[in-house]
Amino acid sequence: MCESCPIVDWEHELPTVRSFTARKVDATMTDHIVWFDRYDHSHKPFVGGKNASLGEMMMAELPVPPGFAVTTVAYDQIWVDAATVTAVNDLLRSIDHDDFAANRRISGEIRSIIEAVPVPDEVAADIAVAYQALCDHCGVADLPVAVRSSATAEDLPDASFAGQQDTYLWIQGADSVIDHVRQCWSSIFTDRAIAYRHSMGYLHQAIAMSVGVQKMVDPVASGVAFTLNPSNGDRSQVAIDASWGLGEAVVSGEVTPDNFLVDKVLREVIKREISDKGVEYKLTDGGTVEKLEITGDRRTSPSVTDDDLVAVAILARRAEKHYGCPQDVEWAIDRHLPTGENVVMLQSRPETVWSQKPTTSISSGGYDPMKSIVSTLVSPLHKKQDN
Amino acid sequence: MSNRFPSPFEIEGPEGIEGWEELYPYSSTFGENRKDYEDNRFWFWDSMHWGKALTPWDATFMELALASLSQMNSRHYRIPPADGVDFRILYGYAFLSPVGVDPSQIEARVPQFMERAGHYFGNWDSLYDNWLVKVKSTIEEIEAIDFSPLPEMEDLSVITDGLGLGSGYQLQSSYNQFKDLILKAWNYHFEFLNLGYAAYLDFFGFCKEAFPSIPDLGIAKMVAGVEVDLFRPNEELKGLAQKAVDLGISRAFDDPNNVTLEGAAGAEWQAAWDVAKDPWFNFTSGNGFYHFDKIWVENPDIPYTFIKDYIARIEAGEDISRPIDAIIEERDRVVSEYRDLLATDEDREAFDGKLGLARVVFPYVENHNFYIEHWTMSVVWRKLKELGATLETAGLLTSKDDLVFLRRDEVNELLWDYYANWAVNSPSAGAKHWAPIVDRRRAIHAKLSDWKAPKALGEPPEVITEPFTIMLWGITSESVNNWLGSDEGAENELTGMAASPGTVEGIARIIHDPDEVNDLLQGEILVAPITAPSWAPVFPRIQACVTDIGGMMSHAAIVCREYGVPAVTGTGFGTDKIKTGDRIRVDGSSGKVTIL
Repeated sequence: MCESCPIVDWEHELPTVRSFTARKVDATMTDHIVWFDRYDHSHKPFVGGKNASLGEMMMAELPVPPGFAVTTVAYDQIWVDAATVTAVNDLLRSIDHDDFAANRRISGEIRSIIEAVPVPDEVAADIAVAYQALCDHCGVADLPVAVRSSATAEDLPDASFAGQQDTYLWIQGADSVIDHVRQCWSSIFTDRAIAYRHSMGYLHQAIAMSVGVQKMVDPVASGVAFTLNPSNGDRSQVAIDASWGLGEAVVSGEVTPDNFLVDKVLREVIKREISDKGVEYKLTDGGTVEKLEITGDRRTSPSVTDDDLVAVAILARRAEKHYGCPQDVEWAIDRHLPTGENVVMLQSRPETVWSQKPTTSISSGGYDPMKSIVSTLVSPLHKKQDN
Repeated sequence: MSNRFPSPFEIEGPEGIEGWEELYPYSSTFGENRKDYEDNRFWFWDSMHWGKALTPWDATFMELALASLSQMNSRHYRIPPADGVDFRILYGYAFLSPVGVDPSQIEARVPQFMERAGHYFGNWDSLYDNWLVKVKSTIEEIEAIDFSPLPEMEDLSVITDGLGLGSGYQLQSSYNQFKDLILKAWNYHFEFLNLGYAAYLDFFGFCKEAFPSIPDLGIAKMVAGVEVDLFRPNEELKGLAQKAVDLGISRAFDDPNNVTLEGAAGAEWQAAWDVAKDPWFNFTSGNGFYHFDKIWVENPDIPYTFIKDYIARIEAGEDISRPIDAIIEERDRVVSEYRDLLATDEDREAFDGKLGLARVVFPYVENHNFYIEHWTMSVVWRKLKELGATLETAGLLTSKDDLVFLRRDEVNELLWDYYANWAVNSPSAGAKHWAPIVDRRRAIHAKLSDWKAPKALGEPPEVITEPFTIMLWGITSESVNNWLGSDEGAENELTGMAASPGTVEGIARIIHDPDEVNDLLQGEILVAPITAPSWAPVFPRIQACVTDIGGMMSHAAIVCREYGVPAVTGTGFGTDKIKTGDRIRVDGSSGKVTIL
């Protein structure tokens, strides 16, 4: 648990559900929608961590799939009716945190209450207009989008909500988008999110929900990239893992991905290990994700080309430069975008292993050309390395 | 895996070469007099410079080069850990052995080195300007040497000027002067080279420490010059190809062996050729060390063939000009990105200083090759051929080509024979004396030429530390271990230096001789013992290049990088293991070659 989180004595300080509407709200922010490519840092409290990071990536000119955030201002509208607040509050009070089955039932009840609240007309209209604009921008009617929860907790800047709230893939049509936005809102009360807040001692009212609506990526291949060589910390290289289909297979460890080392300065692939890749996750025409067995040559063929790898490395380096520290990046090669523009970035966060090591200078005591040459001649590098 | 190579005293040469030692000076062959010393050293065959059996006169340049290199280390600059590189000829092949300094003596040499090398590094540009003057004047002096036959009667001016000296004296003197001048040129060759490599190695070591997996190529890219004299001959060819197109006479080059230039356009082109050829086409198709290397200006079919290639590319709408701006931009980008990635400002200061010095010294490292190996040596071989022709005409040699089968000091005896009997006006013993010797040596040399020399001899040191061995020959502890273990290695794989990046698959063509270069077909992969800078014009034709020997700074590596052709150098056995027609994969980024 991180040190900056407020420790709350849960037994003595029960949250009041009123607090959902009593959250500190900046009256100057009234927008229901913030486009990723118009994001600036003042939007951060209203779009949540996930959306803020996508907006930040856009600011760094990283090719993030286009989309927009439905802000917490929209989310706050569902608590306008006091009856909703009371009903949710009562259910929360009734939870016995040791009874997992009851928890799940109560979580379901709370979510039903929230999803039954009609989305205010203004909010629904703003989402529909934004979705239509996104369809027009991509030139696709009923553009398939991913609808993702992006929780915000302004008093808990370091809290991790990863995986607690829902993500919906392959959503088409304005009505369906609005419906799934509502489901994301309610996912603030998934049983695991309730349990997490309980165990960490966080107040329920500390959390608000923004939702990201983003063009769906349909990856031929995807993976992760580290902006250094994990074997020796060499910052001039990018290590890339790649496999067929959605990133799920790589992230979950279900396949041994192809592994590459790319020189980020020379922009050349300098090491490649192609592995036998057994499964891939793919989007079906019906809009679901399927796990398929990989057969034939594809199993042992490289899942990415050298050009793809160099493109990933250049983007990863750009992210590293923007954030000022080594990054751990998720990327994908989109099936539908033209070659040269088909590498997209899904996420970028600080690399944690090598970044923890203190930076050490290799040239101590100032630079003296002659002394330096003598030292090189007397103990040449190959000697150092071989020893 | 054995941990040592065979002793030079165990190696058996080919059959029927009894007396081969007489082809070379006694001081350059292995023998009982120094057996203990010789048997306890590590010797490697320098197939990069001397891949073919040496004739007696050709051996001269090996000796001059190695003595000159050595003296700069040991006697001029007092390189703290390195004396010279010892040299021997075994069955016609040059074997070298770096000589280290006794560790107890190293420290005492440091202040000497700092003072002496410091003077050069501190005054590099003015010393280099002066070097160009010295080298050009040496070349002029060699050009001016007169090897014409002795006259029936001295010119009247010898009498009226009261000279009292004759042509016989002049000829003897000219030959001695010729020998002195070539030694001078080889001294100059190494005047800056070792120091240049030292500065480069310093930057190289720094980069390897900052970025443990940085490819050697990345470092070379930051240092490489843009306007390099070594590339000028090729640039001149492109200009002449463009001129032929502009003048509408491009068809004249359809048959490079039979180029006829007509009319005003032809004359204009010829004038441009005449301007370019001196000095730029004093360019050899080999490496300059052999009497049979072909020099462009004497074999215009070679440059004409390249011009024909360029004409075809221009006419196909291709832009063949060197993208100077793009090259500079790429170099600056690479520098600034590595610089950004350094950990501290202190590191950036050291990086700037070391890179700065490496760039100051580098024009010399790249350009000396043109001035000495190409230009000077072109003139040297031309002169030696003139002398051969004179001796044939005078009846001292059966054929002018026999001259290279005499050791350089034996030629003094021959010239004395010529002079004395010219003076007396009596028959010389020359032709009859030398004919059987030359015949025997020619036969021995032919047998030596068919023999394959071993990669190395003797016991390798635990660690190779001699900086120039690593830098120029690409010989490291790792590569030596590779040689030792080569019998056990995967039959279809070779490793070498990642000299120029990129991965390609294609059909291999083995090129042993510069004359075969034009056999290369579009899209083939060149596999050669070593390549020469003058092969550059065929690089657009090939997909990749593999050489047996050569380090990052070998001439081959420099040219490969310039032309952006993936290359693996120093594979050791490329021309042994790969056959023409094999399908191979060359990974110039990791230094691997796979026979598919």
